[in-house]
Amino acid sequence: MSTTVNLAPPAEGESFVEGVRRRVALTGLSVVYVLLAVPALALLCVLTTSLGVAVVGVGLALLLVFVPLNQQLANLHRVLSGRILGSEIESPYLSPMGGTPWKVIRGWAKDPARWRDFVWTYVSVTVGWALAWLALGLGLAVLWYAVFPFVFAVTPDGVFDMDYGVLTLDTQAEAFLEWIWLAVSFGLWWWLVPLIMKWRAELDRAVLSPSREVLERRVAEVSQSRAESIDHSAAELRRIERDLHDGAQARLVALGMSLGLAEELLAKDPAAAATLLAEARSVTTSALGDLRSVVRGIHPPVLADRGLAGAIQALALDMSLPVAVTIVLPGRPPAPVESAAYFATSELLANIGKHAGAARASIDVSHDGRALRIVVEDDGVGGASVDRGTGLAGVARRLAAFDGTMDVVSPVGGPTVVTLEVPCALSSPKISPSSGTA
Amino acid sequence: MRVVIAEDLALLRDGLTRLLEAYEFEVVAAVDDAVKLGEALRTYEPDIAVVDVRMPPTFTDEGLRAAIAAREDRPGLPVLVLSQYVEQLYARELLGSGDGSVGYLLKDRVADVSTFVEAVRTVAAGGTVLDPEVVSTLIARAPTDSPVSRLTDREREVLGLMAEGRSNAAIAAALFVTEKAISKHTSNIFMKLDLDPDDDSNNRRVMAVIAYLQS
Repeated sequence: MSTTVNLAPPAEGESFVEGVRRRVALTGLSVVYVLLAVPALALLCVLTTSLGVAVVGVGLALLLVFVPLNQQLANLHRVLSGRILGSEIESPYLSPMGGTPWKVIRGWAKDPARWRDFVWTYVSVTVGWALAWLALGLGLAVLWYAVFPFVFAVTPDGVFDMDYGVLTLDTQAEAFLEWIWLAVSFGLWWWLVPLIMKWRAELDRAVLSPSREVLERRVAEVSQSRAESIDHSAAELRRIERDLHDGAQARLVALGMSLGLAEELLAKDPAAAATLLAEARSVTTSALGDLRSVVRGIHPPVLADRGLAGAIQALALDMSLPVAVTIVLPGRPPAPVESAAYFATSELLANIGKHAGAARASIDVSHDGRALRIVVEDDGVGGASVDRGTGLAGVARRLAAFDGTMDVVSPVGGPTVVTLEVPCALSSPKISPSSGTA
Repeated sequence: MRVVIAEDLALLRDGLTRLLEAYEFEVVAAVDDAVKLGEALRTYEPDIAVVDVRMPPTFTDEGLRAAIAAREDRPGLPVLVLSQYVEQLYARELLGSGDGSVGYLLKDRVADVSTFVEAVRTVAAGGTVLDPEVVSTLIARAPTDSPVSRLTDREREVLGLMAEGRSNAAIAAALFVTEKAISKHTSNIFMKLDLDPDDDSNNRRVMAVIAYLQS
């Protein structure tokens, strides 16, 4: 199968040569489908047996091995059938659950996509297999009739004689008459192979693509998190506007007044003017302080300078308790994710400072190739919950806009472990491990 | 005293130049990026460099990096770093770049001209000057079981002012007490922090205190 051949029917007409090439590729692919039915059959048997004996440990252990294998096989079919249909078939799996094997299996059991994979093994070794054979058979027929006269020539007399009642093919010249069948089978092949392979691909898509409920649930999630992040940004903008209005702007007005007054008094009462000027200077200092805190709230300069790693170290340094920081990031997350992760971590640390009564804390930042993971731990009083404080709920909302999750484990009496996860890719393959205690 | 200034905003660069010249500093070069800063430092070998943290081309922290690199090339080169915001992280990196002769201040402090000029002189003379904002967090976050917790509130106040690079006389003036009272406080502080009370060098005492706070 050549990668340059377009397997999907072209939108505009194709030349005869292109048409032949596409059908040959599709016939080749039918061989692949026929062969792939072998592992599918094996998986079907193993999975059915494993499910049957899942109550005992061996069944579960088998599932741990063979469910991912089945996923691989299903994914291969998603790719192949997607190419035939000319549109990608998406992977419908729920995000994998980390943790113990038991947790993993429970996660699979709750995932409709895994069950559909399982059903698909049955479909692919029955109807799917038959369809693939049909396409392959048509291809073989064309091949057979094409070479028939030559086979006739090299085999002993009588082996391939054809008796059609009114006509018997038994001479070499007559053997070429068999090419009539070549024309017929070529016509059938030309007409049916794309159709059959399309049915096969449609069948795969029907079973393997994300189910409607999954899509609906996802749309609901996205709409909700979008609405929340719009609310959140609107509230942020209002806060920034208020901060500027009551802070820097008001101080600049006062500054203007002091300077104007000083200008008036300069000739008459230099001493009073000097006092006003000194006042004006101190007002600029507080105006700058206001602006700094507003800027920190929008995008902390240290985050711009040093990225997430440096900014989290800086956060740890500002804490009044020792915070051990371990950061292993082989690159930088996208800027919006960095920002969200920074503010989330900042909020968690602020909570520790305010409520936890902890003696020490730790931050662990890593990326497992799929998601950025930040674990913030403290040895304080515990009892933190998303429902109780609005702070944690705010963190969860902030992350939801990026499909991120927050997991809080905080028994009364502590310790508290908060795990943040945001799916994202990292840019630049630079290794920047750093760690230390602040 | 010969000064090199690195600041990318023309308004502030000219302001700093004017201000320092008014106090009889000789501004030998005023440049607008980190590369030119390196060249100017090699060409003029100034007594002190006054450097902005954020400069072209990336507008992140190249001023700070350039300052640290320059101090690696020429150990003890006095550098006063100015910034629109202060980070403890950066303060540590600066302090770690060699003994003394460093300063780290908010740009706001320039408005208090006499204190700013005093800071430039202190750094050029080998002293250490830290912004009050850095110092206050340093002291506030000292662990409760550390010797710093043995200090009285007044002594902490004095320690903070010391870390800002002020002399005993300046501290006395700031707190409206006599210099004698301050020297009593300082020897108490040294004693409580287990530092050698006879070492009177301004630089060493600040460095020792900062190093202690950072431990």
